[in-house]
Amino acid sequence: MRPGSICVQAMNKIETSPERPIPDRGSADKRLPHEEPAGERPAVQVDRLTKAYGPVRAVDGISFDLYPGETVALLGGNGAGKTTTLSMILGLLKPSSGSVTVLGHDMSSRPIAALSRMNFASPYVDLPQRLTIAEMLLIYTKLYGIRKGRRRVEETLERFDLVALRDRPLGKLSAGQKTRAGLAKAHINEPDVLVLDEPTASLDPDTGDRIRGDLETTAKVGGAAILLASHNMDEVMRLADRVLMMRAGRIVDEGAPRELVDRHGRRDLEEVFLAIARDQTGHEHRETPDGEKA
Amino acid sequence: MSAPARLSGLEASITRIGAVVMRYILVMKGSWPRLAELAYWPTVQMIIWGFVSNFFETHSSWVASAAGILIGAVLLWDTLFRANLGVSVSFLEEVWSRHLANLFISPLRPYELAAALVTTSFVRTLVGVLPAMALAIPLYHFSIFEMGFALVAYFSLLLIMGWSIGLFVSGVVMRYGLSAESLAWLLVFAFAPLSCIYYPIDSLPEWVQWIAVMTPSAHVFEGMRAVLQEGVFHWDLFLKALALDMVYICFAGLAFMGFFAAARDRGLLLQQGE
Repeated sequence: MRPGSICVQAMNKIETSPERPIPDRGSADKRLPHEEPAGERPAVQVDRLTKAYGPVRAVDGISFDLYPGETVALLGGNGAGKTTTLSMILGLLKPSSGSVTVLGHDMSSRPIAALSRMNFASPYVDLPQRLTIAEMLLIYTKLYGIRKGRRRVEETLERFDLVALRDRPLGKLSAGQKTRAGLAKAHINEPDVLVLDEPTASLDPDTGDRIRGDLETTAKVGGAAILLASHNMDEVMRLADRVLMMRAGRIVDEGAPRELVDRHGRRDLEEVFLAIARDQTGHEHRETPDGEKA
Repeated sequence: MSAPARLSGLEASITRIGAVVMRYILVMKGSWPRLAELAYWPTVQMIIWGFVSNFFETHSSWVASAAGILIGAVLLWDTLFRANLGVSVSFLEEVWSRHLANLFISPLRPYELAAALVTTSFVRTLVGVLPAMALAIPLYHFSIFEMGFALVAYFSLLLIMGWSIGLFVSGVVMRYGLSAESLAWLLVFAFAPLSCIYYPIDSLPEWVQWIAVMTPSAHVFEGMRAVLQEGVFHWDLFLKALALDMVYICFAGLAFMGFFAAARDRGLLLQQGE
């Protein structure tokens, strides 16, 4: 979808004048990887984003765009900077420099306007353990200002196959059921931007497959932009239009999953991941205009 | 599913505050031990101080001058204590359940969370203190409700002071993590000797009096004694306490927002939890 180096991407960055409207939900067509999102304004724009803790740069000047209907996967080993990047995109962490713009709103100065149209799921961030699934979802309908919240809860319970568990406290769910409840919460406001950290962790293959199908629908039919951090390479191959490979806080390569596999001459994405994580790519690193290696 | 219709503006803000309050009320409602725990300690305190009061009424002319002066004092002190816990423990529940990040990823603003904590604290304080206040009537023939307007005024002043301490503690926990959680129970006790709960301000050493008059609670307890002993509501004490409360709550609110900004800067919001 947005092939090529970061250098190309940075130069091709689409202007974001306030006059250019963000497409309505459902208007995003079913684009295939490598198709240009002609004329569309990015749902998420990350521009030279940096987070430094003293001398350590957890994220080091990364830039990328995420378009409506697109699924982008962030891949990288532990400490590569994925979670820090996601945190800054969600407004949970203030960047040291650079910017994140979500749905036209700067996340440093106006995060709330964007947050009502975003959502997030991660098995590593819990939901209130003593509430039932239905209670938790109802509370989130109110947090997201959704009218007719109870109806919305019923629709979401049905969509995520949670009707039978609706009155069960979250603390009494299995790991897989909790993951489903977290995903249900992440869809409660029908977000335009969905940030997912290991979305199908702890799910059995059948449920995982159904959830992945649902995420495909969310992006391709619903038009949501999905940013995904995952260590499940099969999942990334299936869901991601584009992969951003991170190492030591930088994006060291990017492309469609199949394109990355071919370019690195590996058998699958896992081998690409291992090669990049262990810096065995043999690739000549390219320089971006700001000196970033890509 | 189609995109749901959304609220906006003030209506959305009030709904978000209501959502967080609802979250705490549902947890409280779903657990009778939690409900009982809220009322348990104020009731035990009231019973103990009732017996102490009975004893001193025959051995101290000062206590004998107003029936229930000690019981009234302990009930109002518990109001302050519960108001503080109502805010800080509710906040700690978010941290213990590692839910804080999900809240701040929603459109909930930090000041809306503070408003929700304060509202929840009001409910928790009523649930905690009202049974003890009511039980004092049959047990010790003392009705704090006979103070009428004065009770409402002092109750409100102590609520605001308790909320201030609770918000400050919540901010500290947000910034420094659960290592600071014991402050939720301890910090309020630093105000106990200065609040002159059971003795008049002028019984303190002079230099301590200078510090005591900087606490709203000292004026409240002084005022409560005046009502019970002289039957007079001292507006000057009320206004001093109110002015100090305004300073306290503004400071606490700013501190809460400042600690939130510091936590956001350091990436602590995603890491909160046990």
